[in-house]
This record gives sequence, C-alpha cells and structure tokens, in this order.
Amino acid sequence: MKVRFMFSHLKKMLSQRSPSAYRFGVALASLLVIPAALSFNSLEISQPVLKAAAEAVSVQKVWANEAAAAAAPAAEAKKDEKKGTEVWAPLAPPKLEAKDYPVVKGFNSRITVWFIAQLHLFFGAFVLAVPIFVWLIELTGVITKDERYDHMAHEFMKVAMTGFSLAASFGGLLSIALVVFYPQFMLYMTGIFGKVMIFYALAFFAESFFLYTYYYGWDKMSDGKAKTIHLSLGLGLNLAGVFLMMVSNSWASFMMAPSGLDDAGVFKGDVWAAINGHLWNPVNIHRFVANIAYGGSLTAAYAGYKFLTAKTAQEKAHYDWMGYTSFFIAIIGLLPLPFAGYWLTKEIYDYSQQMGITLMGGAFAWLFILQAVLIGTIFLSANYYLWCCLARSPGAKRYTFMIKPIAIVIVTAFLAWFTPHTLVMTSKEVTQIGGAHHPLLGKFGVMAAKNTAVNFLIVLTFLSFQIYQRSNKRAVGDDFWATNGTSVQIGLYVAGLANILSLGIYSYYLPASVRIGLSVPQVTTTLIVIVTSFILDGKIFKKSEEMGETQWGNMPVRSQYALFTLTIGFTWLMGLMGYVRSAIRQHWHVYTVFRDNSPDAFTPTLPYAASVVTVIVCVFIALVLFMFWMPMLAAKKGSSGEH
Amino acid sequence: MEATKKGNSELGKILGYSLFIMLAFVGFAKFGIPLVIPELPPVEEKITGAMTQDQMVAMGDKIFHGKGTCTLCHSPVGGRAPLLDGVATRAPERIKDPRYKGKAKTGEEYIRESMKEPSTYVVAGFGKPGTNDTVSPMPQIDKGAIGLNDVEINAVIAYFQKSSGLPVTVPLPTGAAAAPAAGGAEAAAPKPAATAEEAFNKYGCVTCHKVPGIAEGGDMGPDLTKLASAAGSRKPGMSGEMYIIESISTPNAYVVKGFDPDIMPGDFAEKVTMSEMNLIVKALLGKK
Repeated sequence: MKVRFMFSHLKKMLSQRSPSAYRFGVALASLLVIPAALSFNSLEISQPVLKAAAEAVSVQKVWANEAAAAAAPAAEAKKDEKKGTEVWAPLAPPKLEAKDYPVVKGFNSRITVWFIAQLHLFFGAFVLAVPIFVWLIELTGVITKDERYDHMAHEFMKVAMTGFSLAASFGGLLSIALVVFYPQFMLYMTGIFGKVMIFYALAFFAESFFLYTYYYGWDKMSDGKAKTIHLSLGLGLNLAGVFLMMVSNSWASFMMAPSGLDDAGVFKGDVWAAINGHLWNPVNIHRFVANIAYGGSLTAAYAGYKFLTAKTAQEKAHYDWMGYTSFFIAIIGLLPLPFAGYWLTKEIYDYSQQMGITLMGGAFAWLFILQAVLIGTIFLSANYYLWCCLARSPGAKRYTFMIKPIAIVIVTAFLAWFTPHTLVMTSKEVTQIGGAHHPLLGKFGVMAAKNTAVNFLIVLTFLSFQIYQRSNKRAVGDDFWATNGTSVQIGLYVAGLANILSLGIYSYYLPASVRIGLSVPQVTTTLIVIVTSFILDGKIFKKSEEMGETQWGNMPVRSQYALFTLTIGFTWLMGLMGYVRSAIRQHWHVYTVFRDNSPDAFTPTLPYAASVVTVIVCVFIALVLFMFWMPMLAAKKGSSGEH
Repeated sequence: MEATKKGNSELGKILGYSLFIMLAFVGFAKFGIPLVIPELPPVEEKITGAMTQDQMVAMGDKIFHGKGTCTLCHSPVGGRAPLLDGVATRAPERIKDPRYKGKAKTGEEYIRESMKEPSTYVVAGFGKPGTNDTVSPMPQIDKGAIGLNDVEINAVIAYFQKSSGLPVTVPLPTGAAAAPAAGGAEAAAPKPAATAEEAFNKYGCVTCHKVPGIAEGGDMGPDLTKLASAAGSRKPGMSGEMYIIESISTPNAYVVKGFDPDIMPGDFAEKVTMSEMNLIVKALLGKK
C-alpha cells in the first residue's frame, strides 16, 4: 500500500513538474520490462551447476599448474618470488571440451555475453566520442568567444553523463559474465594481459577524476586561466578514454590475430608484442572514427526529439542548431569511415587470406549486401537531411536544382554497391541466364564497381554538405578566387569523378589481385576533391556577405526523421559489424590458437544474428531513453532555448 | 497536460518509426538475401586402417571441400588460386620447373610439400602482390586454423591422385578404428582381417591365385608366390608396393601376359580395408 502511494506520488510529481521527463520514464519502463520478461525468465543457478562451477574452478587450477610446469623452460623471465621480483608463467591454450564450459540455468552463455558486450560497446563508443567533440566545441567557443558553443558543449556533456555509468556498469557485467561462462578463456587471456588489465582498471579512476571535475567544474571554471584548466581536464578525459579504448581493442584484435605467441600458442612474455598485433591499429582507427560518427548521430537524435517537442520558436531554433551540429560531427566521422573499413579489411587479408576470404567471399559474403543496404540508408538519410537544411537559407534557391541529379547519382551508386556478385538461382535459371552472374547486372557485383560506387557516394555527400555550407553566402570582391573559384571547383569535381569512374572501368581489365590496388588512387582522388574544394571555399568566401539571416528552426518534421534514420542505421550497423568481427574467428576463442569447443561454437546464420542485434538495439534504445531522461529530470524550467 | 500528450505521441511515433526501420533490416536479412548456413566446426577425421582405399579417397574429397577450406580459393569463383583439377598429373612437371625450390622427388611428395610449405613453388600469377610469385598467400595447412594432420593430408593427396586418374600412392593408415565415427563410412564396414591369410581367404584370392603361406590356390590368375621379385619391375617408375595396390584396386591397369583382362573383379578398392591392404602387400612382397 505504501509502495503504491509512493509510486502514485512520484508519478504525480513527475508528470506535473517535468512532463518530458515523465514521458521518457513511461517509455523506458515499457521498453525495459518487455525484453526483460522475454529474455530472463529464470535467474536460478541450480545445485548441479554450482557443483560444475566448483569443479571447473578446480580444473582451472590443475590446468594452470600443468601448463605452467610444461612451459617452465620458456619462462625465462621467471625470477625469485621471495625477492619480490616478477613471476611470470606463460600458459598454453588448453584443449577444452564442452563440459569445461559452465552452464547456468536460464542463460545461454554466448547470447548473454553477446548482449552485454554489445551494450557495453554501444555506451562505450558513445561516451568515448562525446567528450571528444564536446572538447572541440568548447575550444571553438573559447577561440570564437561565442558563448553559444560553450552552452551547447555543456548540454552534450549533460546528456552523456548517465552514459558513463551505463558503459562502466556493462563493462563490469561483461567481465563477470566472461569469468562465469568462459573461465578458462579468461584465465588464458589474463595470463597474457594480466599486467595491462591492472593499468586498464586504474585508468578508470583517472577517467572518473577528469570526468567529474570537467563536468561539475564547468560553470566554476568558465573564464580566464580557469577555462584553460577546464580545457586541460577535458583533454585528460579524452586521453584516458582513448587509452581505455585502445587497451580493450588490443584484446579483441589479439583474439582475431594473435601475436607474441610461439607455435604452440604459449605467450612468450612480451606484452607489447601481444598488444601490438597485426590488426590492433586498424581496429583502433576504425573504431575511433566510427565512434565519432556514432556519438554524433546519437546526440542528433536527442536534439531531433527535443526539436519535435519544443514549445517555443527559440527552443526549436536551439535544438535545430544542436541537431545540425551533431549531424555535422556524424558526417565528419562517416566520410572517412569506409576508408578505415577498407584498411581494416585489407589488413585482415594480409594477416590471413583464409580469414579475409571467409569474411568477404565465404559464409559472410551476403552480410555485406545487408551492410550495403545499411550504409546506403545512412548516406541517403544524411543527404536528405542536408537537402532539408537548405530551407534555413534564404540564398539556397540558387542550388536546389542540383538536388535531383545528386539524388539520382547517389541512388545509382547505392544500387551498384548493393548488387551481389553471384545470384542464387535454380539450375534452370542458371541455364537461361548463362551462368551464376547476370550478363549486365553482374558487372556491378565486383569490387571494381563497388569501389567506384562508394567513392561517388562520399564525393556527392560532401557536395551536398558543401552546397548547404555556402547556400547563404555570396562572394564579395573581384579577386581571382572570388570570381573564378567556383568554376575551378566544378572542374575539380568533374575531373575527380571522371578519374574515379575511369579507374573503375579500367580495373575490370585487370586480374583480381591487381584490381584491388586501384582502390588506392580512387580514394586519393576522393580525398583530393574534398580537401581542395574545402580549401577553395575558404578562399572564395574570404570576403563574403550573408544573403539573409539563417532561419534556425525552419525545418520540416521529416528532416528530424532523417536524423532518427541515421541513428538507427548506425546503431544497427554497429551491432551487425560487431557480430561479423567476432564471427570471422569462427570456432576459435583466439584464432588458430585456442579453440572454442563450447556447445555454441557454431557460427549463427545472418537472420539469427539480425534478430539478436535487433533485440539488443531495442534494449539499447530503452536505456538511451533513460540516459536522455536523466538530464531532463534535473533540468530547471526554462533553461533551454539558449541559442 | 497538453504538452505531455504531444510529447508522448511524438515519442510513440519516433519509437514506432525506429522499430519499423529495424524490422525492415531484419526482414531484408531474412527474406531479401539467401540463407547461408555456415558449416559446423570441423572435427578431426577418423581415418584408420579399417577404411578401404575408396573410403579414404572419399574422406579426402570431404576434407578438400570442407574442413580443409581449400575451395575458398581453389575454385573458379574469384580466381584466387590455381584450380586443382588434374593436379596429380601436373605435379611431376612442377618439380622440373626452374622456379621450384623444394625437395620433392615424386608428384605425391610435391603435393604434400605444397600443402605444408606453399611457397616452394608458386604458380605464375598467384603469388602475393609485390613478391614476383615467390611467396604464396596460401596458409600452411598443417598449422593454424586448418591444422590437418598427416593422415588427413594423405587422404587429400589420395583424392587428388584418384581424381586425376592416377594410382593412389600415399602411405596407408594402419591400426583399427578407436571407435566408429557417428555416421562415418566405417560404421558399416565388416570386421577387418587380422592376418594376411585371413585377408586372402576373406576376399577369395586363393580361388584364382596361388599366394604365399597358403598351400592351395587356383590358376585362373597369375601365381603370386613369386611376385616379390617381379613386382618392382612390372611398371617403370612404380614401386612393387604401389604395383600391387594398383593391381588390386584397378586390375586392368596391367594384365600379366597370358591372362585375360576383365576376369578379376574391379571392386576390391571398395572392399579391402587399408590395414588389410597393408597385410596383403607385405605378404606378397615377402615382408613381415
């Protein structure tokens, strides 16, 4: 009775004082309760399981002792423990059997770890990215002396605060889940990375220190020397975050491409060799860039919701600006992301052709058609949002004629990227068509077409962005760049696209092994077009005038849905690529070294993985609502609308 | 209150829209692209002396298309690695190539070496980029993720030899099966003979041949009691051991003068187990 009274009191208080916070609470509760009810119907750990767990612990001890004894000759680093020096006994990867994996009633080991790891990654990526662009926005505010940037940076940080707790909570849960479900795997990993793990844990203290001083000291350290200290704290926060990301990446990349081991998989004692494996840096770069894009898209969704529920024009303008800034950050990350992905894939091939082919030409080949759909969705929604943004600029009418041709090329490029190499057909259909490749569409299925398509997508997305950026400006003056700069830019775009297309066509006449190398000049061309065109904009509009006031808030509702599409596309794509990054190890905990012999060692099918990813994303959305609800709960009435 | 309703309605729309997008992605994954069921983790093949030669060849075929993951590259799709049709026929020629860096003397050794040390000979156009076909991108298949053992490698070589129309020359596995593999080929095999005499009687050899160790024997086929001295010189370049194996598995490959072809049954490769074949070969060559 008392509980019911408290609940109704809380409900009344929230609905009156903070309606938006209350709405989030209701949505959160409903989204949390449903999957919880479906997934975790039993938390009971039965007696036999406890017994098995106890046996597993004793097995571990025996195994650890045996392995240490077997590896004794290799343990040259082992020194006298009594003298207080280091003791290091390399462990050989054990040959496990299904019975060596603890079973906890009500939990599927793999799905549980998959769920927790992915949720940890979602929040980890978000809280790594947000402080980076918050710091840059704050710095921009300091340089331009425009306080609006400072307020916006603070608000971004406010939104992310709960995310830190959630990322850390899921990180802790993941560690426990791994120890519970995969104890021997964790023992092996700890035998190699144990020392690093200690520093990893200590880095959380550093991050917490920087996080809380940075966030809670925002108003106190708002000007003068104090602002410099505040920026230094932000820098410390980012360095700690990047350190944490890189350390945990080293474990994941070690599992994919182990290093620092002898032929039997025994650790040779050099931790740096184990960390600095073949895929560590490609994974670092890919995740860093992707996190920026992802963090931007999440805050864009927050701003989108706030825009749609804004009560005043001022509030609407503020969240429109915030949404655009977030979107801009997402695009900054999105444009180089395919290149980072290509590099990672190339390094996977270099490390193991077998793994590379399994990824791109084996069991997961069709996954990349699904990936093409997702990336196409992201690019299309990004472009659509940019075209909607033209509504804010009084001078944009000069450019609207370009939208249709850009849209046609983007859709064509997307379709080329989306076209599969080999068609699945009946023998009759194969006979009728004359092979497994369509005589015309089959041409779009090879990398020659796909590399060309993705470069076109990137160049034209940048063009959409550039059009918006200059839509409200008019060059003033009669110097060379003001009068001829645009013509030079047009020439640059035409030459660049023609070069990308020519290289793509030429590569059809080359062997497959050489063809892939042509992606490098294609990418270089794309980068030259983007960077040069950007620099030229600076020269053209060195002296410029606005063609009218930018009408922040003058955006159609559908533009915000483009932002939501972007966010969902990113999140779902991250989940999918998380699955494939892990799944290409196939039946190995540590590829080629430590075999996974658990009952779940098989590779799940794509529809199965897609379903799991969807449920994870649903749970994530529920938690994001909670994360966004927190700052609203604390918000004072009338504090928004700073812009 | 009005604002709350609007907010709830907006949130509902956003969540509904988000769910719709995700369901579209799942729907595409489920219905838009073909279902590929990844293979189950490979298991170590049980290749023992209780198998027949044909069963060993079949096992090699299975490893080639499955656990060995050979067809990821050695297939017409993608042109990543040379096709292996007739590889056993080409193998002796490879050894004579000036670019060959290995130690193999026979085609069988060359194939084994190519699997364990792929860079000893790289087929033109299939080397790692920038190495001028001196370094192969192929992994060592007795190590790493594939990790075939020697018997599995021999089974794959046997498959290559058989599919190239050549006699199978790989060392035969010995010993009985520890336990029949679930659903494996050996599950239905009869109990193998324990001695050469048992094997000669089991397959009815003495009906047509005189064989060492058994007093009585027929004369429809050649006398095999003196084969030990003749076997090694019957076919140029072929050892006595391989000649006997070939004569049992493919009787018409060499017909002794004065005897008619097509008399001896041609299905012994399907019936005689590897351990029995070993016993027969040793007995006919006078080895113990």
